[in-house]
This record gives sequence, C-alpha cells and structure tokens, in this order.
Amino acid sequence: MKKILEINNLKKIYHTPKEEILALDNISFSVNEGEFISIVGPSGCGKSTILSILSNLLNKSSGEINLKNNYIMAYMLQNDSLLPFRTVLDNCLIGLEIQHLLNEENKNYVINLLNTYGLGEFINKYPNSLSGGMRQRCALIRTLAVRPDILLLDEATSALDYQSRLAISDDIYNIIKKEGKTAIMVTHDIAQAISMSDKVIVLSKRPATIKSIYEINLTNKSTPTENRKANNFNYYYDMIWSDLDVNI
Amino acid sequence: MLIFSEEHKDYLNAIRREKRIILFWRVILIFIFLLLWEFGAQYEIINTFLFSSPTRIVKTIILLFKREELINNISITIAEVLISFIFATVIGIFIATIMWFKKRFAKIIDPYITIINSLPKVALGPLIIIWVGASINSIVFMAITISVFTTIINIYSGFISVDNDYLVMIKSFGASKWQIYKKIIFPSNLENIITTLKINISLSLIGVIMGELLVSKKGLGYLIMYGSQVFNLDLVISSIFILGFISYVMYLLVDRLLIYIQKKRY
Repeated sequence: MKKILEINNLKKIYHTPKEEILALDNISFSVNEGEFISIVGPSGCGKSTILSILSNLLNKSSGEINLKNNYIMAYMLQNDSLLPFRTVLDNCLIGLEIQHLLNEENKNYVINLLNTYGLGEFINKYPNSLSGGMRQRCALIRTLAVRPDILLLDEATSALDYQSRLAISDDIYNIIKKEGKTAIMVTHDIAQAISMSDKVIVLSKRPATIKSIYEINLTNKSTPTENRKANNFNYYYDMIWSDLDVNI
Repeated sequence: MLIFSEEHKDYLNAIRREKRIILFWRVILIFIFLLLWEFGAQYEIINTFLFSSPTRIVKTIILLFKREELINNISITIAEVLISFIFATVIGIFIATIMWFKKRFAKIIDPYITIINSLPKVALGPLIIIWVGASINSIVFMAITISVFTTIINIYSGFISVDNDYLVMIKSFGASKWQIYKKIIFPSNLENIITTLKINISLSLIGVIMGELLVSKKGLGYLIMYGSQVFNLDLVISSIFILGFISYVMYLLVDRLLIYIQKKRY
C-alpha cells in the first residue's frame, strides 16, 4: 500500500500566561492510502490537537509532517456547524467558495453527493429541517466537497445519542469507503474505533505519546455495526482498554 | 388544506381568543384614560390650561395641520432622525468591523468607548452648538453622538460572540479573515444588527429632539419648546402625542424589516 502521510516526532507545547503545557510529544505514525485510522486516548490528552495541527488550525512546535504531493486533507468537527441561514446545498458549497473552486462541475459533484446520500430533497431547504443524523451527513458532504484525499474526523459522532451514533458510524464509514477516501478519526469510544478502523493508535495521558498501535483484523469484516459482533472484537477491546489506563 | 381535529381547533380558538382579549383591554385602557381626562377637563376637575384635554389636542392638531405647520415640522424632525440614524448605523458598523479585524485596535479603544458611552451626551449639547453652530448640523451631530456608541458596542459584541465552531469549520478550509467576516460574522449578525437599529431609531429620535429643544427654529422639538415658552401647553402636549406616534411607527418599520428578513432567510 502507498504511504501518503508520514508524521515524525510531532511535538506541541501550549503557552498560557501561567505555564507551558506539553500536549504532544514524540508522535510518529504513517498513513497508507485508503486506510481508516483511529486515535484513542484518555480525555483531554491531546487527541484533537493532532488533527488541528494536520488541518493547519494550530502550529506545531516541532516535528515533521510529510504529506504526499498534491494531496488534500479536510477536517470534520464534532459539531456539524451548519450555518442556519444557508441552504443545505449552500452549506455544502462553503469550502469550495472559500478555496475559489466553485464552478459548475464541482457544484454538480456536490449535488450528486447529496442525491446519492439521501439529502436530495433537502438541497434547497435550511438545516433546521434536517434530523441529527442528516445534519452529520450534510457536514460530511461539506467536507467531501473539496475532494480531499484524507478526511480528519474529530469526534464526528459524539454529539449524537447512542443509537444515532451507531447508525451514523455506518453511514460515515460507507460513504468514506465508497468514495475511496483515507480517514483519520479521533474518538473517545474504543468500540467505535475498533469497529471502523484498520489501525488504532492509543495515546497516553498528557503529554500524549503513542502507547501502542494495533492493526485491527476482525473476522468477517463488514459494516461497523456488524463488526461489533466479530469473534475477536472483545480481544482488541480488552487490550486497548488496559492500555488506556483509565482512572476515574 | 389541513384538516384539524376538534381538539386542535379548540386549541387554535383559544389562542385567537387570548389575542382578542388582549387587544380589547388595550383599547379599553386608552379609551378609559381619554374619557377620564376629557371628563376631568369638562367638569373642571383638572386645570385645562396646564393639562389640556383630548378635544383641545385634536383641535390643536387640526389647526396646525391646516396652517401646514404640522407637516413641515414633522417632516423636518423625521428627516433629521433618518439622516442621524443612517450615519450612526453606517459609522457604527464600520467601526465595529474595524475592531473585529484589528483586535489590538479594539483593545486600545475599548475603555474610551465605554467612557464616552456612559457619559450623558446632553452635557455635550452646549459644546456641540458652539463647535458646529446652531443649525441642523448640530442637531444631527448630537443625535449621532447619542446613538453611534451604543451601535458600536452592540454590533461589536455580536461580532465577537459568533459560535467558535463556525470559525473553526471555515478556518479548516483555509478561509482568510475577510472571508470569515463575509461568510460567517456579518451574515450571522444580521438579526443582531437589526435589533441594534431598533434601539438606534429611538436614540436618534432622542438626540434630534434634544437638539431641537436646544437650537432649532423648526421641528417637533421646537414646537414643544416654543409652546412651553408661550405657555401654550395644548401645543406642547399635542407635539408629544405626535412624537410618540412617529417613534412607534419608525420602531414598527424596523421591526417589520426584521420579521421580513427572518422569514426570507429560513
């Protein structure tokens, strides 16, 4: 498989008037094309910081990020952040507008995505007419609109209730696989990570370092919800749980 | 056509009935007030020289209307209010925008804006008259001074309280500061801006009347001032009534604009 992203010795220090906080230290991993990678770790350890750095929202303190030439990353947040005064279509086009890439072809591509993923009849409606799951799907299409090669998913389903989360995980997974995208997902949900990913990266408590990386080889791999029934699902779950070192 | 159950019809009727009751009592309230006032005047319980009476007010208004004084004075006051309102709004939005773009500038001028805003602007009246001259200019200037700072403060605080998630979302696409303003900050604040306009229209009116009281030879403020100087209190009270009516109509117009925009947007 083709390696498309390599992260070496990534380090991030936050500065506040009172102190310096080392958030990430010595983070190194690589991503192959078409892979689905999850990053799990104790809450507040700095999982999301990695994605913020990858999407240029934050500067890294040191380290290297090597993205294969001409590859694009796009970021999807926990909240759908759909603008209430824009229609569903206009919400999905905002990334293209920002990057001055809005033309007929790209617009049709987005309309196509909306039609394919069940939002066709809502194209000219406003987000307040969408359900929670539809909003998340709409946010995903907004991210896909700029045709990224790598999707960065930051707790993309954690604002939803449990049932919706399962359904949307399937949804997001299917869309990403169907569109042939690579994904890096940050989540606090171990089960979700195992059920969706090819690889799970476990981070330690702050300062976050990589504790272990698991290649997930579930028996009878299919949709995330089905994957939860795999024989060796619990095996991975137990190992990652013990690595996480959760103290309440 | 939707078909409702009997229960739902009852529910809708109850809402309509409640609205009618409120309207009924509003009318009754003003009616009783006018009636008592008129009654008091007719039976000399109150001194009509000081307190006038509804019929005297109506007569005064008709008289003013016939002498074309009324329309003249009203249009001058409205023109002054509109000019000040437009200037204050444009200047206010402009400065709030600069403050949003230049955080350091915002921090530097923040205490000064707060100080000037809390200053009773009436105190500046005499100074403004000396600086700008006893003309329509000083009236407009005074009205702008009264409303512009509130505009800046309200609009700027709206700009900086836009949900951070929207900003993260648009920044993740690589948006420039101008794009963030154009696509998120300004459109998210449209309702806030119109709410500020509602406050602004009343503040402009206050400013204009204050200016007219101080310097003018025309306008409703002048009528009030003139009336009080010649002890024609019918004129004073009539002008106040007209003023209340104008201010309500202006407020209503801006309010309709807000409702129109909200309907159009969602």
